[in-house]
Amino acid sequence: MKSICFYFQIHQPFRLRNYRFFDIGHKHDYFDEYANRFIMQQLAEKSYLPANEILLGLIKKFGNKFRVSFSISGVALEQMEKFTPEVIDSFKQLASTGNVEFLAETYGHSLASLKSKQEFFRQVKLHETKIKMLFGVKPKAFRNTELIYNDDIGNHIFELGYNTVITEGPKHILGWKSPNLLYCSASNPKVKLLMKNFQLSDDIAFRFSVRNWSEWPLTAEKFTGWLNALDSKTEVVNLFMDYETFGENHKKETGIFDFLKLLPQVVFDKSRFVFKTPSDVAALLQPASPLHIPYPISWADEERDITAWLGNEMQNEAFNKLYDLEEKVNTCEDKGMLSDWEKLQVSDHFYYMSTKWFSDGTVTKNFNPYNSPYDAFINYMNVLADFEIRVKKNCEGKTKVTAAKTSGRKKVSKKVAEKPGKTAKKPVARKKDGDSAKK
Amino acid sequence: MKVLMFGWEFPPHISGGLGTASYGLTKALLKCGVDLIFVVPKAYGDEKPGSIRLVNASDISIDIQDEVFKEYLDKMSYLEVDSQLVPYATEEEYFRIIENTQKGFTAEKGSIHSSKFEFSGGYGKNLLEEVKRYAMVAVSIAREHDFDLIHSHDWLTYMAGKEAKRITGKPLVVHMHATEFDRSGESVNKQVYNIERAGMEAADKVIAVSHMTRSIVINRYGIHPDKVVTVHNGVEPPQTEKDLEIKRHLDEKIVTFLGRITFQKGPEYFIEAAYKVLQRDDNVRFVMAGSGDMLNKMIRRVAKLGISNKFHFTGFLKGDDVDKMFAISDVYVMPSVSEPFGISPLEAMRSNVPVIISKQSGVAEVLKHAIKVDFWDIDAMADAIYGLLHYNALPETFKKYGKEEVDNIKWDQAGEKVKEIYQEFLRQS
Repeated sequence: MKSICFYFQIHQPFRLRNYRFFDIGHKHDYFDEYANRFIMQQLAEKSYLPANEILLGLIKKFGNKFRVSFSISGVALEQMEKFTPEVIDSFKQLASTGNVEFLAETYGHSLASLKSKQEFFRQVKLHETKIKMLFGVKPKAFRNTELIYNDDIGNHIFELGYNTVITEGPKHILGWKSPNLLYCSASNPKVKLLMKNFQLSDDIAFRFSVRNWSEWPLTAEKFTGWLNALDSKTEVVNLFMDYETFGENHKKETGIFDFLKLLPQVVFDKSRFVFKTPSDVAALLQPASPLHIPYPISWADEERDITAWLGNEMQNEAFNKLYDLEEKVNTCEDKGMLSDWEKLQVSDHFYYMSTKWFSDGTVTKNFNPYNSPYDAFINYMNVLADFEIRVKKNCEGKTKVTAAKTSGRKKVSKKVAEKPGKTAKKPVARKKDGDSAKK
Repeated sequence: MKVLMFGWEFPPHISGGLGTASYGLTKALLKCGVDLIFVVPKAYGDEKPGSIRLVNASDISIDIQDEVFKEYLDKMSYLEVDSQLVPYATEEEYFRIIENTQKGFTAEKGSIHSSKFEFSGGYGKNLLEEVKRYAMVAVSIAREHDFDLIHSHDWLTYMAGKEAKRITGKPLVVHMHATEFDRSGESVNKQVYNIERAGMEAADKVIAVSHMTRSIVINRYGIHPDKVVTVHNGVEPPQTEKDLEIKRHLDEKIVTFLGRITFQKGPEYFIEAAYKVLQRDDNVRFVMAGSGDMLNKMIRRVAKLGISNKFHFTGFLKGDDVDKMFAISDVYVMPSVSEPFGISPLEAMRSNVPVIISKQSGVAEVLKHAIKVDFWDIDAMADAIYGLLHYNALPETFKKYGKEEVDNIKWDQAGEKVKEIYQEFLRQS
C-alpha cells in the first residue's frame, strides 16, 4: 500500500494600507481593511467554501481512506474569524470528521525561524493555541513558513515537541534520491521529513489550466496513471500546494473542482494508493536515509531557497530593522502592539520587496498591492518607523527602570536592559496564550 | 511693445523650475507693460498633431485667483500648440506619452509634469523630430501675428524661435534655464548641445539665469560675452490666504531634500551626509521627497547603509504637500551637482526653513543667508546639518535674515531687467 499525502496551505497577510510619511508619529492604523476583507471574502466564495464542501463529501464517501491535511496561518484564521466566519465553521466541520490533520506553523506566517529562536517559539505556541481553540486538536506535525527548512530549524522544531516536518524536495538536496520516501534529519534522526514531490504537486498547482502545456488537459485518470508509473519503491507521494489552487489560481471553469472530486475514486479504482496525513505517514514508514540540509530551503522559485524574501538589500534592511525591535516589543504588554508586531512579521511584506521577478507576473498571484518592490519597501519602512516610535514609548516604563539603575550612558543601559527583557518575555508569551485560550 | 514668447505651461499643472520661472517672468513682464503672445505646447491627444488653438485669455489654465493676470489678460494672447513636448522630456518619456495617446489614453497632465521624470540623457530621434515639427508650427504662428521680438525658453523651443526669426527678421532672445551640461554632466547629448548652440548663435541676446550659467554659455558654447547677460530668477510671494494648519507629529528634527531625483540634483550626496549625521545623532529623520530616474538606486543605497528607519522617501509631492513638507522641516538641503538657478531653496526660506545649498548652484550667487558647501563635500554638508540641528542660534539667525532676504528677491526685478533688454532692441531698430 502506498500513500498520497495531500497538504493544503492557507495564508493571507494583513496587507498594509498606503501609509505615508506624514502619517508617521500619529496614525497607527496600518492595514488596508477594505482590501483584506474583499480578498478574504472573494477567496472564501471562490475557493475555500466550495473546496471544503467537496472534501467533506469525499470524507463522507470514503471514510478514513481519504485523509488530508491543512496548515492555516494564524493571521489567515484571524481574518476568517473577522471577515468570513462561515469558513471557520466549514473547517470545524472538516475537523470533526477526524480525517483532517491541522499542522503547526508560525502564527504570523513569519520568517522568525531564520532570525530569532525565541520569537519563532512564541509564534508557534501562539498558533498551537489558536488551532486548539478553533478545532479542538493540538497539531502533531510541523510546516514552517513557505516550507523553509534546514538542520538548525529542524532541531528547533524538535525542541518544540514535533518530530514530523514537511518541506520541499529540491533537486540540489535530494540529488539521485527520490522524494517519494520518508527521510530523517541527519543532525537529529528523530525528526522525520516529508519531501514535496514538486513535479506532481506543480502539475496540479501551476500547470493544470495551462493550455499550452503538453499534458493539458489533466484528468484524474491521467494523473493516476502517472502515480502508477512511479518507481516501484515509492512509498509516499507528497502533494503540497496552496489551497487557492482550487477556484482561484485555477478558476472553477477550468474543471479543477471536478478533478478534485474525481481523483480519489479513480485512485482507489485504478491504483494501490490511499490518502494519508503527514502524521500517518511518519508513523507508518521507516526513514529511508538521513538528509543533511545546511542551508535553508523553501518551496519558492527554481532556486528553492529564501532569496524571494531575503535576497536584496531592501529586504535585509527591513528584516533586520524589524527584529531590532524584538527585545523591546517583548517587554510590552499592550495587546495591540503585539498583534501589530505579529502582522508586521508576515513574510509577504518581504516578498513584495523582491526584485527577482520584475518581468514575470508571479507576484500578482499573492494579491500584491504594490506597483514595485521599491514602493513596497518605502511603505513598509514608513509603517515600521511609526511602530518603532510606539515601541519606544510604550516600553519606556520598563527600560527606564533599568536605565536608572545604571549610569545614564546609552550603551551601558542598553546592554543591561537585555537581561530583564529576556526574563520578561516568557511570562508575556504565556499570558497571551492563556488569554486567547480562554476565548 | 509686443513679444512672441515660446514658453511653458503655468501652475498649477507645473512642478519643475522651468514652469514656475515661465510663470513668474510672464507675470512680471505684463506688470511692467509688455504685451505677450504666449505659445505653449500642450497635449490633448484627440487632435491632429500640428493644430494650434488660440485660447481665450480667460480660459488660460493659470490660477484664476491671480489678480495680476486678471488685470493684464487683454495684453496677452495665449496660444496652445498641440504637441507632446514637456520640459523634462527624454526619449523614453516622450515615447511613453505618444504610445499612450495612440492607445487612446490622453496623457494625464499631472503625470507628464510631475511624478515621472525619466532622465536617462538619451534624447532620441522622435523627440528631436517633435522639436522640429514644433518649429514648423512656430513659423505659421509668426506669419499670422504681429510682434516686435521673439523670446524662447530652453532648448526645446530654440528651434522654434530661430525659425520665427528667419521668417520675420525680428530680434530673438533666448533664455538659458538649464544647459545640457547641467542635465547630463560631461556626457552631453551632442544633438541637444547643437540645438542649444545654434539657438544661441542665432539669437541677438542670451539671458542666463545665473553668472554660473553665463560662464558655461560663454566657455562651453563659445558665445560672445557681450551677447550674454545674467538675469537672476525671483520667487513668488507666499500665499497669504492659505494658512495651512500643520501639526508636527514627530519628535525628531527633520532634514529635507526636495526635487527631482536625478543626476543633476545630487541626491546621493544627501544620503551620504545623512549617514554621517545619523552616526552621531539619533534624534533626526531625513526625507527625500520627489521622483526621478535615480530614485530606486537611492532606495537601495539607503537600505544598504542600514538607515532606512530614519531615512524616508515620500515619492512625488504636489501642491499642499510641498508646503506641508517645508512646514515640518528643520533644514532644507539642495546638494545639486549643477544647478543653473534653483528656486526651491528660496521657497524653503520663505517657509522659515534654513537652507544648505551647493556652491554649484546659481542661487548661491544671490543668497547670503544660506550655508554653502561643495556638492561633493559630504563632510561639510554633514557638519552644516548637524550644526543647524544643534546650535540653536544658527537656525534662528538664518530664519530671521533669510526670510527678509528672500522677500526681496522678486520677479519684478527680473521683469524690469528683461524689459530693458527688449527696449534696447527697439531703440536700435
